[in-house]
Amino acid sequence: MNAEDWKKIQRMMSKRSLWMVHFCTGCGAVEMPPVMTSRYDMERFGMGPMATPRQADILLITGYLAVKTLKRVVRVYEQMQDPKYVIAFGSCTMNGGMYWDSYNTVKRVDKYIPVDLYIAGCMPRPEAIMDAFLKLMKMIEEGKADGWKRYKEHYEEYRRNQMRVFRRWDE
Amino acid sequence: MMDLIIDIALNALYVLLAVAYGLLLLGIARKINARVHNRVGPPVYQNFIDVGKLLAKKTNIRHNWIFDLAPLFGLAGALLTLLYIPMGGYRLLSGDGDLILLLYIMVIPSLGMALGSGASANPNAGVGVMRALTLMLAYEMPFLLTLLSLMIFYNTTSLSVLLCKQQGFRWAIFVLPLSALAADMALQGMMMKKPFDIPIAPHEIGSGPMVEFGGKYLGMLMLFGAAFAVVETSLFVDLFLGGGVILNPSQYGIIAYMVNYFVWMLLVLVVWVIAVFINAVFPRFRIEQAFKFYWKWPTVIAALGLAQAYVMSVILGVVP
Repeated sequence: MNAEDWKKIQRMMSKRSLWMVHFCTGCGAVEMPPVMTSRYDMERFGMGPMATPRQADILLITGYLAVKTLKRVVRVYEQMQDPKYVIAFGSCTMNGGMYWDSYNTVKRVDKYIPVDLYIAGCMPRPEAIMDAFLKLMKMIEEGKADGWKRYKEHYEEYRRNQMRVFRRWDE
Repeated sequence: MMDLIIDIALNALYVLLAVAYGLLLLGIARKINARVHNRVGPPVYQNFIDVGKLLAKKTNIRHNWIFDLAPLFGLAGALLTLLYIPMGGYRLLSGDGDLILLLYIMVIPSLGMALGSGASANPNAGVGVMRALTLMLAYEMPFLLTLLSLMIFYNTTSLSVLLCKQQGFRWAIFVLPLSALAADMALQGMMMKKPFDIPIAPHEIGSGPMVEFGGKYLGMLMLFGAAFAVVETSLFVDLFLGGGVILNPSQYGIIAYMVNYFVWMLLVLVVWVIAVFINAVFPRFRIEQAFKFYWKWPTVIAALGLAQAYVMSVILGVVP
């Protein structure tokens, strides 16, 4: 057994036991209950909602982020333990969506924290969310979901982008 | 020397099996919960994957050394308690008066966890610990009365003697049904299943004492939880269901140990599944409601059981 084999085993277990913390300050919180309850039941794949970022593996960002909430998202993301994954949900997280000309909405989440997977749509249906979860599991198995490594490598750039939005870090 | 090595290996095997069985019990609980909710639910081995994943995670939480040692403290306390619990009649450590000793060492792991989560200085953890200690105060009342009735009826404080006297299906649950009922009610709170999952309420206080634990720490706490699920259910099985001892080891030897272990597993599963079904259909009490409930109904039932044990044992002179 070499290091690569151990990593493969770890990815296998990681994939089958994804706990998530969802950041539902935008819209889209309503799409989650069907995914969790008896209609689609994501616990089949060992996924479940978790109460705190310390315990979670996935950060699910649903809908738009205001400039004020972005700081909370970054804090939540940095509290999570590696390996961690981010799913951005809805078209607002990609290009601003219907808030494309708003003065205090973050247009692209990828500039501030590394996003592993986007779900398109306004709003995406529960089927799309399930599909995204399955795709993320596949990506983890292949080792392609490496957002947490990218965040470490390019930390300076991410921090520079973040500080362009925040006036102060500590307020 | 050889005997000592065999003894140590056997003890390690028993503890390992118990923890693995505890993880399986947690998986069964999740499956049953899901089926009650009309869901498919995770596979029963899901908790093994969870523990593996958590122990493989990188962990960079820094508070202080008490916080770092707390999961270890909890796990070590749970393993120590396992050593004192007879599993299928086989017991690893024993002594006179170990029923009283058990009551004390059962608190060690919970206190360790309380210490660690208190050291993290998270307000949610503080609220959770406060609720856990209050709940402990609540369920200990009927539980101690129950133990007292057992001690009076069987005239012993030793678990081995208790098991010995219950052999041949002369189980305490048939003789002292009221005490068994009160103990099962107390067990629900001891295992923090609904309606008494007040300390770890995930939607209210962010999973309470566990709020700051993540990664490897949470993995260790999960193992601790698995071990403790076995400890608590097994305590009930040993006290009231004869500990699964149906064959006398001195007569049948190693076959008796294997059969007894199997029966013990079965009885633990039955006690656990009853608690899980109650857990699946109830909402959550508030802490003062739980306290009032415990000091009212289970305490009354336990007191009646104590009176029954006293009358049968001292006045009528029934000797088991």
